[in-house]
Amino acid sequence: MRHEIQAPEGATVGDMRQLLDARELSSVELTEAYLERITALDERVRSFVTVTRDIALEHAADADRRMASGETGPLLGVPMALKDLLSTAGIATTCGSRILQGYHPPYDATVYARLRDAGAVLLGKLNMDEFAMGSSTENSALAITANPWDLATVPGGSSGGSAAAVAAGEAAFTLGSDTGGSVRQPASLCGVVGLKPTYGRVSRFGLIAFASSLDQIGPLTRTVEDSALVLSVIAGQDPLDSTSATVEVPDYHALLGEDLRGLRVGVPAEYFVEGTEPGVEAAVREGIAQLERLGAELVDVSLPSTGYALSTYYIIAPAEVSSNLSRYDGVKYGYRSADGADLIETYLSTRDQGFGAEVKRRIMVGTYALSSGYYDAYYLKAQKVRTLIKAEFDAAFERCDVIASPTSPSVAFKIGSRTADPLAMYLSDVFTIPASMAGIPAISVPCGFSDGLPVGMQLIGRAFDEATILRAAHAYERSTEWHMRRPELVWSAGG
Amino acid sequence: MDAQYEPVIGLEVHAQLLTRSKMFCRCGTTYAGAAANTHICSVCAGFPGVLPVINEHAVELAIRVGLALNCDIAETSRFDRKHYPYPDLPKGYQVSQYDLPLASRGYVTVGNGDDCQQIGIVRVHMEEDTGRLLHRTAADGTVYSLVDLNRSGVPLLEIVSEPEIHSAARAREYVMKLRQILRYIGASSGNMEEGALRCDANVSVRPVGEQTLGAKVEIKNLNSFRMIDRAIQHEIGRQSQALANGGRIEQETRGWDEAAGITLAQRTKEYASDYRYFPEPDLPPLTVSEDRRKAVLGRLAELPDARRARFISQYGVTADDASVLTTARETADYFEAVLTHLGERVPARLAASWVTGELFRLLNRDSLPITETRVTPELLAELVGMVHTGEVNRGSGRMVLEEFYETGGSPRAIATERGLMQISDTDTLTPVVRTVLDNHERAVAEFRGGKQQVIGFLLGQVMKQTRGTADSGTVRTLLLRELSEEPTKGPVPH
Ligand SMILES: [Zn+2]
Repeated sequence: MRHEIQAPEGATVGDMRQLLDARELSSVELTEAYLERITALDERVRSFVTVTRDIALEHAADADRRMASGETGPLLGVPMALKDLLSTAGIATTCGSRILQGYHPPYDATVYARLRDAGAVLLGKLNMDEFAMGSSTENSALAITANPWDLATVPGGSSGGSAAAVAAGEAAFTLGSDTGGSVRQPASLCGVVGLKPTYGRVSRFGLIAFASSLDQIGPLTRTVEDSALVLSVIAGQDPLDSTSATVEVPDYHALLGEDLRGLRVGVPAEYFVEGTEPGVEAAVREGIAQLERLGAELVDVSLPSTGYALSTYYIIAPAEVSSNLSRYDGVKYGYRSADGADLIETYLSTRDQGFGAEVKRRIMVGTYALSSGYYDAYYLKAQKVRTLIKAEFDAAFERCDVIASPTSPSVAFKIGSRTADPLAMYLSDVFTIPASMAGIPAISVPCGFSDGLPVGMQLIGRAFDEATILRAAHAYERSTEWHMRRPELVWSAGG
Repeated sequence: MDAQYEPVIGLEVHAQLLTRSKMFCRCGTTYAGAAANTHICSVCAGFPGVLPVINEHAVELAIRVGLALNCDIAETSRFDRKHYPYPDLPKGYQVSQYDLPLASRGYVTVGNGDDCQQIGIVRVHMEEDTGRLLHRTAADGTVYSLVDLNRSGVPLLEIVSEPEIHSAARAREYVMKLRQILRYIGASSGNMEEGALRCDANVSVRPVGEQTLGAKVEIKNLNSFRMIDRAIQHEIGRQSQALANGGRIEQETRGWDEAAGITLAQRTKEYASDYRYFPEPDLPPLTVSEDRRKAVLGRLAELPDARRARFISQYGVTADDASVLTTARETADYFEAVLTHLGERVPARLAASWVTGELFRLLNRDSLPITETRVTPELLAELVGMVHTGEVNRGSGRMVLEEFYETGGSPRAIATERGLMQISDTDTLTPVVRTVLDNHERAVAEFRGGKQQVIGFLLGQVMKQTRGTADSGTVRTLLLRELSEEPTKGPVPH
């Protein structure tokens, strides 16, 4: 037991609950251990952009008091960290961008408020691609995060910091955001569990918007069980988010099981095509075979519009980006260029200097797509394709309960290897984007290794049926040992 | 205006809705006179990560307006984002309604009788107000601007008319009618000085007989009735003259220079914005069920035209009085409250004349709203009742009103205290009449000489002696009796 206290990267949220409830260790001790580990490791991993040491210790002491007074709860006293686009009152929230330099939100995101109510401890804020645009976290204006499995490779993105921190044992769990795969793809590349809930399941209030009709906040965890625990806390209707759903939130943890008999797993031909690394495809096919061994029935399904999802996404998301990011003008908060002689020049130089290349690229694409005369041809057409993608998922889910696929066509790639080729980078999300477009839940669960790097299997479910994909992923996880493996480098460094 | 040319005018009126909180957050809307940026929050200041939550009361008021303007209410309408960069717009876009407005295809009736016109309403849509910029000059001459977001996010309605208005006067009449309706149903204060009602006018002219519309010029920010009148009139003249001189009208946006009394070009086509509208992803579509529409209709106050007609038919009030009484809902309510206190015995016409005549004279003199006067409907009813029964005559009643208008208090008590109760008792009046006749021998002689109208002069003298309290009918009878009794004393002097 004491070993796990010194090396919290080995522990799951469930383990920590036992230790805390048994008074084997206090939240302050646990928090200190994580802070130490961050100090020891993060120079190399660089998942954190802000470490909130004092706040963490305060939260932990508060949790210890709550526990002393008899309170308990799955996340009470458990140290976690948040992607740096979740608003935390008084704590820098940069969105990985220079344009939010010095910005301290005046309010808390709903997910953060809920985690705080549940007694979770904030260790800090995590690196990300600027405004969540990217698949490698290389688009951050603040740092380049390394993949703990191989420091020369990327952790994926845009929630790269969130995935790397969990993989490196720098936090018990983290939250990321997923617009086109930004939770699932880095989870896959870092060998952790990443869940994108149904659109509307988790409040977006306080999530700095990338593409409002696609953004969802999701947990990155060591295990599926942890994912269920965290989702139960953050899910549910929020009066501050008009798009949050009133659908009842079940006790996800109670619904987990290990028997998959009767579960129909759809295998879409369109997700097993050329372009996926052979090692990835082999691991995922083996993962699907394991589902069958657990009692699931495999069904061939077809999602013919999959090939259009990526290009459609790159109309809708940039269109919303061009709108959401128009508020960053240097007038109210964040960075303001001193170079402008008048209002227009100040706008132009602030945005020129404040935004990175990828963000600018998408603002331009999105502005174009929404321009009068082009709206029907691009945005409206894209929305129609989106409706089609949804309809195809609906049809597929008449024949199956979950859909299995690779999360990402590749394992973690070398830092710098795709930065010159945006289109190659965009392909990282080819398997995650369709579920985003349909607004349905999907989870990435570790399913093996290729070239020594983790591979993730994606399980996609019906809208608001997170319970089924969690159950399938949990059963799978319990029957394999992939989630038990630790990146050697950080394991030894922290132990 | 050149008679060869016909002006075609369409109006876009922005009305702030009378809600307690803003459109998408809980900030209060009573920011008038408050220090800058004291009525703001993360939402209306457009901070990163905030989301809008629609104010249900704003929706209720907007539906009310739609119904009052005889519009179709859309079962599903939608919010859109309208983009333009300016520091008064903290998100860089305004949440508005673009292709699916809440209400459309209505009309407003203006004018009376033969001059009556239905002006079509194209659409009524909801949107949020912007903040305001305060331009300053520093001691060293540097010009800078400050941003005040107190107004940012206040719910607005944009009411767009058909281009069916053909004179500045009619445009003004239309806006007045809109304001009257908005006030009636409690949707807007309609206060133009405070910016609660703002108007843009689209003006074009075309040769008489021509069917196609000329190039449209938009005149922005007409914020008083006088400005609406003058600016449109000037613009019609400017365009007609330009066409008459063989010139062309450019489609453009102009502003009204109040001091110079002319419109000036503001924005040319090259600068015309592409607002890049697209559906607001942070708000679900706005649905108004048939049940809700009916419920709002059921709660809708009686509109001014209907009330005016009812005042004439139900109470027998003159058409002119009915118009004055229904101009504002508060006045109409006041009048009906007076009637309630008066009961059936007193004709409503009498009460109407007291409200529109005597009371309004005092209120107008002091620019006092009817809701703030000490003359409660109950007190006025008491006074009107006394006039009706002859306890005070009209003149004394006016004096009593003036007193309790200033000080409050009961009309009856004042009339008694001041000796203004009407005297119709012959025993009291006969001596006064005799004294007057004694003192005006010459007039008496004239009367007896056949100059009947002298009776008026003598009556006046009696009223003067009784400080107006004598009942004139009784006095007249007494005068005639006394004059017929006494014999002629001598020849009539000339
Ligand atoms: Zn506010």
